[in-house]
Amino acid sequence: MAIDLRYSALKKTPFHSRTSLASRTNHWYTWNGFTVPTEYSTVELEYTAARNGTSVMDLTPMGKYEITGEEAHAFSDYLVTRDLSEMKDNTVAYIIWCNEDGKVIDDGTIFKYSSNKFMLCCAVKIYNWLNDSAEGFNVKIEDVTDTIAALSLQGPTSCSTLKNYGAIGLESLAPFEMKEFNIDGNNVLISRTGFTGDLGYELWIDPKNAEATWDAIFDAGKHLKIRPFGMNALEMTRIEAGFIQTNTDFMAAEDALRPVRMRSPYEIGMGWLVHFKKKNYFIGKKALKKEKEMGSTERCLVGLDIDGDKPAHGSVIYNSKKEDIGIVTAAMWSPTMKRNVALASLRRPYGIKIKDNIFAEIYHPEEIEYRKIWAKCKVVKRQFYSPERRNKVPADLYE
Amino acid sequence: MPKNTHDIIVVGAGHNGLTAASYMAKAGLDVLVLEKNEWIGGAAVSRELYPGWKYSNCSYVCSLLRPEIMRDLELYKYGLQIIPYEGSATMMRNGDYYAHYHDHDMTINAIRRHSHKDAEAYERYSRDVLRQCKIIKPLLKMTPPDLTSFKPKDIFGALEFAKHFAAKDELGGLSEKEIYDTIRFYTMSIRDYLDEYFESEITKAHLAGSAIIGTALGPCSPGSAYVLLHHYMGEVDGSVGSWGYSRGGMGSITKAMMGCLEDYGGEVKPNSEVSNVIVKNGRAIGVATTNGNEYYAKKIVSNLDAKRTFLKITEEKALPGEFVERIKNFKIRGSSGKLNIALDGLPDFPCIPEGDPGGGGDMHFTETIEEMEGAYDDWKRGQWSRNPYVDMCIPSKSDPTMAAPGKHYMSVFIQYVPFNLANGGWNEERKQEFGRHIVDCISEFSPNFKDLINHYEVRTPKDLDSEVGLTEGNIFQGELTMDQLMFNRPVPGYAQYRTPLKNMYICSSSTHPGGGVMGAPGANAAREVLIDMKIPQKGNYY
Repeated sequence: MAIDLRYSALKKTPFHSRTSLASRTNHWYTWNGFTVPTEYSTVELEYTAARNGTSVMDLTPMGKYEITGEEAHAFSDYLVTRDLSEMKDNTVAYIIWCNEDGKVIDDGTIFKYSSNKFMLCCAVKIYNWLNDSAEGFNVKIEDVTDTIAALSLQGPTSCSTLKNYGAIGLESLAPFEMKEFNIDGNNVLISRTGFTGDLGYELWIDPKNAEATWDAIFDAGKHLKIRPFGMNALEMTRIEAGFIQTNTDFMAAEDALRPVRMRSPYEIGMGWLVHFKKKNYFIGKKALKKEKEMGSTERCLVGLDIDGDKPAHGSVIYNSKKEDIGIVTAAMWSPTMKRNVALASLRRPYGIKIKDNIFAEIYHPEEIEYRKIWAKCKVVKRQFYSPERRNKVPADLYE
Repeated sequence: MPKNTHDIIVVGAGHNGLTAASYMAKAGLDVLVLEKNEWIGGAAVSRELYPGWKYSNCSYVCSLLRPEIMRDLELYKYGLQIIPYEGSATMMRNGDYYAHYHDHDMTINAIRRHSHKDAEAYERYSRDVLRQCKIIKPLLKMTPPDLTSFKPKDIFGALEFAKHFAAKDELGGLSEKEIYDTIRFYTMSIRDYLDEYFESEITKAHLAGSAIIGTALGPCSPGSAYVLLHHYMGEVDGSVGSWGYSRGGMGSITKAMMGCLEDYGGEVKPNSEVSNVIVKNGRAIGVATTNGNEYYAKKIVSNLDAKRTFLKITEEKALPGEFVERIKNFKIRGSSGKLNIALDGLPDFPCIPEGDPGGGGDMHFTETIEEMEGAYDDWKRGQWSRNPYVDMCIPSKSDPTMAAPGKHYMSVFIQYVPFNLANGGWNEERKQEFGRHIVDCISEFSPNFKDLINHYEVRTPKDLDSEVGLTEGNIFQGELTMDQLMFNRPVPGYAQYRTPLKNMYICSSSTHPGGGVMGAPGANAAREVLIDMKIPQKGNYY
């Protein structure tokens, strides 16, 4: 079904007839010009599906851009900080890209079909950025956001669900690999990727098959604790996995009104994705090299394990002298770990050299008043939760 | 030093024993846990008694397990995952049903079908019960003060205890009225309590269930309101009163605890039933097992109930006579049975519309409090209830690990079932008769239920006593009435996890705060042992 832009200000995804039927709450979230469910039933149950069964999320609004042409590989490598020169066909890589000032525009995943065809997926709109950056490269950039429907299936039984659906041999797919399947006469691209830090897959399909695919998948998962999954549950799983969210944990360089809000990869824990050794120049290299050499990085993004059970939403972080040293960007009570965790942007050396005596000032809402809680924090690995099944090959099956 | 010497010996690898053991091992002590059965877990187990099906064959749902224990012991690392319930329902003989959901507003809408007034009264009721939960929550991780003692620890402890009843930060301070309410709540019957809120019989019957599960009280017995609170004070991630399944069955809880214990260097020895505590010069110095081994330790911690701890494995002359008398009088009456069923498919319950989340958690078919009291009357006469109250659930509806896809495990908890069956007691024949009776009762509400049964296990209070080691089959290891709660649990003067015998401690559910798969008695007891051993600790229980 083609997406009709004439009548609705916000677009409906090709799964809309199914997502709206599944929604018990009628809570909708605006994402990249589309409406998708904020939650379907209750966030706790949806969250649990991703840690216990199979969660199904409509991923269509995700920005998707096809990069094709002779120099697709060279351009992709130039665009991002990570060294993609050795990237194999039918694999996916997690990437960030910066502007020439070395400030992060967004993070996302890049799919390599072949050396002259790539697909980039991300949260913000970058059609313009890609075209401007591609000047001089023999490539074609196409925004395929509306022409590829996408579903994310995550959770311990997700492999079995997809196998029942028809993805024969899926269990041998390794993390960050992708493979095209022919199911019911249609091509379905499946990648072992996701935003939950668990075993999971993403499906990339023709929008005209969207409804039938949704129905077939729910039928395939009916004994495997399958459940539709909304944006609120996604926020929980991604924090547990320690994944960053653009314009939540950092401002996209292209969106930031205040230049001081822009962040370099080193300031958001993404230094590991900056590869100076790669053969060719990449956007932002000069500025990043300078930052690295000067040691001028100002901030860091860390994981915090916070005393007590009250989530530190938006809390200011202090040192023992009660000086402001940063802010919590995302916080939650983790139902799986029973830990009060948060991601926080701290002013260095806090979080890097100084990890002790850090406190969060939590304003916990209690019936129109706030209780002020002074909670001790421990700086911990940002990836709070990473079960063994996440990277297991072959993947776990439930039969 | 004799062979087989450890810092600590814990008797019984149930959830409280393993909690206590893990905390002590985490504190650096050398801990040995002795378990009589060949499997570990006590009453929190997952057992494959029929090939391909896992049974949580004793405790079956989780809410009370303290989140701070899961956090301190990092149980998620060892695979523990709690799956929240979707809802609960009571089926009615007229084909209708009453349901509760995870979502508060959906619950209100559902109650309104039965009574508009009750739907709104439910808001007031929830508030009042939640208030009681908030009062009791901080008490769960405290050692009850001895109110007759003048030791500074007890005087401050008593003040601390009292403080929580008037804590400004949590509840904005309770007025006189609310303090009266609390005292009434602890002593009332659930029927009287619910009558103050609700008019419809079905609403009251559904809610009263929590007040009788596991207890030898009826809904009209004074004190039953507290039992409801005991079942409500748990939580699933801040959702107070919520219940959930432990992924992989209740055994996943004790398995995770054992994982933690072993990571800290502790050890569990199965097939090691303790026959007696070895006493020398008025001190406990070790234990002997029925298979002839002896183990020595600086401290012995018993996870057996009070009767087994003091009347079975400890020689009477090592204890003061008055204490022994009190333990003999400790109320620990079995009142429940269970069926664990392997089903070939999902049974239909025509009362509950297909796909209704109300059928996702506990299901019942007792429609009035009168019926419930009638069930209790049978028990008083030494019979199983002819029209029983059941708490049945199908964990495999939510948990993909209990049975193969499409197959189901059903847990049916039955109230009331006597320990001492009239007219000759339990034997295999009467046990099977009881099982068939329950299957018949359920079949009334599910036409295809019987056809789907592959296998079922019948559990009577006798089995819980002999196999699990719960005296008389009482699931709480002692009745939850005011005379046996807090500083009275198990008996006045000995509510601080220490016993009259030096170096011997008790960490079972016979101690404060009592039964349920909570872990708090174990964590509290570990703290007291560590205090006595002068080992300073950090964590949620210190």
